[in-house]
Amino acid sequence: MEEINALFHGFSVVLTPFNLLLMMIGIVLGVIIGVLPGLGGANGIAILLPLTFSMPPTSAIIMLSCIYWGALFGGAITSILFNIPGEPWSVATTFDGYPMAQQGRAGEALTGAFTSSFIGAFVAVVMITFLAPLVARFALQFGPPEFFSVYFLTFCSFVGMGKGSPFKILAAMMLGFALAAVGMDTMTGRLRLNFGWTELMRGFDFLIAVIGLFGIGEILLSMEEGLSFTGKSAKLDLKIVLKTWKKLPQYWMTLVRSSLIGCWMGITPAGATPASFMSYGVAKRLSRDGNKFGTGQFEGVIAPETAAHAAGTSALLPMLTLGIPGSPTAAVLLGGLLIWGLQPGPLLFVEQKDFVWGLIASMYLGNIAGLIIVLTCVPLFAAILRVPFSIIAPIIIVICAIGAYTVHNAMLDIWFMLLFGVVGYVFKKLDYPMAPMVLALVLGDRAEENFRNAIKGSEGDLMVFFSNGLVGGITALALLLLFWPLISKAIAKLRGN
Amino acid sequence: MADNQDPSDAGRPAVTTRTMEIVVALLFLLFGGVVAFDSYRLGASWAEEGPQSGYFPFYIGLIICISSIVTLLQAQFGKAAGSNHTFVERGQLKLMLSVLVPAALYVLGIQLIGIYVASAVYIAVFMAWLGRYSWFKGAALGLAASVSFFVMFEIWFKVPLYKGMFNPLDFLGY
Repeated sequence: MEEINALFHGFSVVLTPFNLLLMMIGIVLGVIIGVLPGLGGANGIAILLPLTFSMPPTSAIIMLSCIYWGALFGGAITSILFNIPGEPWSVATTFDGYPMAQQGRAGEALTGAFTSSFIGAFVAVVMITFLAPLVARFALQFGPPEFFSVYFLTFCSFVGMGKGSPFKILAAMMLGFALAAVGMDTMTGRLRLNFGWTELMRGFDFLIAVIGLFGIGEILLSMEEGLSFTGKSAKLDLKIVLKTWKKLPQYWMTLVRSSLIGCWMGITPAGATPASFMSYGVAKRLSRDGNKFGTGQFEGVIAPETAAHAAGTSALLPMLTLGIPGSPTAAVLLGGLLIWGLQPGPLLFVEQKDFVWGLIASMYLGNIAGLIIVLTCVPLFAAILRVPFSIIAPIIIVICAIGAYTVHNAMLDIWFMLLFGVVGYVFKKLDYPMAPMVLALVLGDRAEENFRNAIKGSEGDLMVFFSNGLVGGITALALLLLFWPLISKAIAKLRGN
Repeated sequence: MADNQDPSDAGRPAVTTRTMEIVVALLFLLFGGVVAFDSYRLGASWAEEGPQSGYFPFYIGLIICISSIVTLLQAQFGKAAGSNHTFVERGQLKLMLSVLVPAALYVLGIQLIGIYVASAVYIAVFMAWLGRYSWFKGAALGLAASVSFFVMFEIWFKVPLYKGMFNPLDFLGY
């Protein structure tokens, strides 16, 4: 039980007054970020990242990951009380959450949402505790071909599991890769794609892209809908909480199923949003009251929330063990690791035990703290949303601009942020997915490096990606996923005839 | 807003989704072409020490071109080609631009007079103009926000923010 020992060591790292304070600050900030339109887990953390440069890495990651947990919790508040999903992964929560609030059962819905999120996250953290060291140990034997094939699998699974047009997914993803290639070529030192523009030597930082795409883009979209926040108010007293908790165990099947869906979707980089929809859909199909879904069913709230939290949490597993983030937010955290001077990947578990186990321990504590904070402070957070949009919007844009500037202290980045905002607005409306683009922007350089090292070793022979069982299997699976849209069409046609 | 006298006008589509699909696909095509071309110029083949700098991005550019051509063809001739699905209505576009244009002016403002002063002005104008608050309230909140950012970044975290080409805070010694 090496993991248990390591975990207890992690707790001893986390349990200092300074780290616990950061944890609380992180959760509260996270919930606020989750509640506000235009600020979410990914860009909220991206904006705050520069402020953590001077902190010890373990404390920094504790605070930032707690912001993430907080944002996951916060999304549910706006969905249930205001029918506005504060985060994309809480869209499915509005389907039954808001009707429940309209019927005066807001307290029940909120308690259910928070508690089931907590359960989802807890399952995912337990999974990370025991699975991550195994994956890391396994991945220690990886060479460039193996790593590239895993990257390849990550990106192909976006195409295979994405809902929209596969060509749009490809285009958005490749845009990310192309932007990642701008600037210095790390292997030969030559400048690429900067067209003689020295400011572009630095390349495009994905943090700028995240702040623009998710922040400014979201504000533009909300503005277009002419948002006015009118919502139900809610008070959570102990009686409602206890009553809801009492009836939660009878939904154990939904909770287990949704947790598993979430964990699976989080590890494969599908992320929390599709996980919540999928879990809602499955619950609807399998529930006895399936046809009543959408009218305020308790199950319809807990199913997506459990899955979203499980997915959001387990997205950190591939990030920690392989250096491949499972979601845009995990990608931002990965960016943080690089800035703090840590190399994400399997070696992290060997060289940075304090950091890894501190983070995992903080996931347990952070989620418990988060549950307590959201249960007690709901009216406070709901009040934030009653601040009119014409006050909130300019302040968020100012915060985004400051965040974009502090990444590299570059004025040009603020312009890029604005440009990415427009891109995000258009992409969102035309169904170009942003997650694969952001991930490609983060991983582009390293995917390319591994690719080039791999084919350098084989002197240009692409068969290196099939040279042994492991790498061949991963590559084959990736190709299967890449062509899945075609294959599934063919299958449907065959069945039709 | 003043332009709401004719509600029927606000609901009219400003751009159809199809037009927008085509425009975006063409932009992608252009972008992919530029990437592939520049990578080719750098060398997209095999040198003695391994693949050249342009090797990887060249194929990236190529894939962008191919996928945007498919999207373009789908928008032009596919199932949705005949539909007039609205990308954005006039009223919506106006609302969207009423945020985007001031935001762009704000960024220009940052370039000239720095983050702190530009932010205070921006928040005040946004509140007064779009939120119809009194100028006094707008100015007060804008100033308060900027001062708190100033304290937080310059004094607390010691992270200097951009002061602009014409630094108006010069007299403070920052």
